[in-house]
Order: sequence, then structure tokens, then C-alpha cells
Amino acid sequence: MGHKQCKNLLGSLSEYIDGDLEAELCAEIERHLAGCEDCRVVVDSLAKTVYLYQTTSDEVSVPEGLRQRLYRCLDLDDYLEK
Amino acid sequence: MSSGRGPDEFDLEALRSGDRAEFARLVDAHYELIYRLAIKMVSDAQDAEDILQETFIKAFRHLQGFDGRSSLSTWLYRIATNEALMFLRRRKPEQYSIDDQLETDEGEIVPVQIVDWCCLPEEELMSAEARLHLDQAVANLPPSLRVVFILRDVQRLSTREVSEVLNLSESAVKTRLSRARLRLREELTRYYGEKV
Repeated sequence: MGHKQCKNLLGSLSEYIDGDLEAELCAEIERHLAGCEDCRVVVDSLAKTVYLYQTTSDEVSVPEGLRQRLYRCLDLDDYLEK
Repeated sequence: MSSGRGPDEFDLEALRSGDRAEFARLVDAHYELIYRLAIKMVSDAQDAEDILQETFIKAFRHLQGFDGRSSLSTWLYRIATNEALMFLRRRKPEQYSIDDQLETDEGEIVPVQIVDWCCLPEEELMSAEARLHLDQAVANLPPSLRVVFILRDVQRLSTREVSEVLNLSESAVKTRLSRARLRLREELTRYYGEKV
């Protein structure tokens, strides 16, 4: 990751993996990636990083009794049965 | 009896006038999302629960003044985010607030570790130990980057929604998200790289 062009493209990689970049910049990155193994690894591992967080985030469970305690704190006990 | 409304539709007038049944519907639709935001921000279940309770106490108190310019979800996220950031500020006042400028002291980090760990099997990438590292890496982010990453990549809000919650420009959201992701990639490369 020592080349000037690699560093210049770094700030755009996040938008690149989201597919949010304009076509011209996207094409420029893809031309660079075709000849730069280091940057390909960074792009792949960056995308994998986001994927891992997105995949595991859906599995966060809430503690038992959370809803009951919250309703009690908000004086909403009458609506708990719903 | 069905109200004929979807789970994300609320009677604003009822909420503004203090209708507790409608407020309970609002709480029910959002409390899990707000708790997940809080636990990722502060990494402690009891603190996250305190933030959750404080968020809805403040929401109920201020609903009368809710102007409807943003969605109720965005408004609740904004209250919860402020609560979490205030909590972190009290816990570690030396850390950055969301209002701080990032350009000078939190610039882009250059990847120093080029290891292709993407080939590791899914069960290794998502093992219990790996998950602890994933959480720890987020907890190590400065709050101003952490909050953007959590709202965008964990809570899956759009860039525009994150910008509304945090009152930042969309361009600032993208910049902070990029910096957060690159830092996390670096931390995960340190961890997974040893397993390749």
C-alpha cells in the first residue's frame, strides 16, 4: 500500500463497495485493481468486514424482561399484555 | 380491535396529546432497535438499558414539541444517540464528541496489513471468539466514528437517515463511515491474519 495511487483511492473504497461511486471513478478503481494485488486484498477484506458486521448484527438479542422493565419505568404497565 | 394502521404508522396528534396507549405502540415498535444501538455504543447491558429508558422518558416529555420534519424513528435515534454519546463523554471525557472536527486528528489510516483472510471458513470468521473481537474492534473506535458505523452498518440506516440523526452532511457521514470501516478492517486483519 505504498504507491501514491493506492493511497489516493483509499478514501473511495468504502463508497466503491457500497456501489455508490460515479461510473468514472468506479472504472478508474477497477483499472487500478486489475493490476494491484495489494489493493484487491484491501477491497475484499473491507467488503468482508462490512459483511461480517451486517450478518452478525441481526443476532443481537435483548435481555430477558427488558420490555417489562421498560414499560414499568415508563408507567405503561397497563399495556404490557399486548 | 385493529387500528387499521401499520406497525410503523402512528397517530401524531394522539402522541402529542400524551395518549399512553399510542405511546406504548411507539415504544413497542422501537425499543429493540434502540437497545441494539445502545449496547453497541456502550458495550454494557445495564448501561444500554439505562440509555434505552432515558431515551423514551425524554421522548415522552418532548413529544409535544415534535414537529414531524423527520420521521419518529429518526427522532428517537437522535435522542438515543445523544444519550449514548453523553454517557460516553461522562465515562471518558477525553474522547471525542460527535461535534469535533475529524480532519486533523482522525485522518484516513493507511492499511499496513495486507493479508487475504477472506478465504477463511465462515465458521471461523464467525466463531464465538471472533465475535468478541468484532465487538471489541467497534468499542475501540472513537465515538464519533463508532456512532456512524453502528447507525449505517449495524442498524442499516441509509446515509441520508444517518445524516439526519446526527445532523451531519451526507458527505461527512460517508467520510466517517469510510474511516471507521478502514480501521475495523485493519483490526480484523490483525486478528484473522494470524489464522491464515
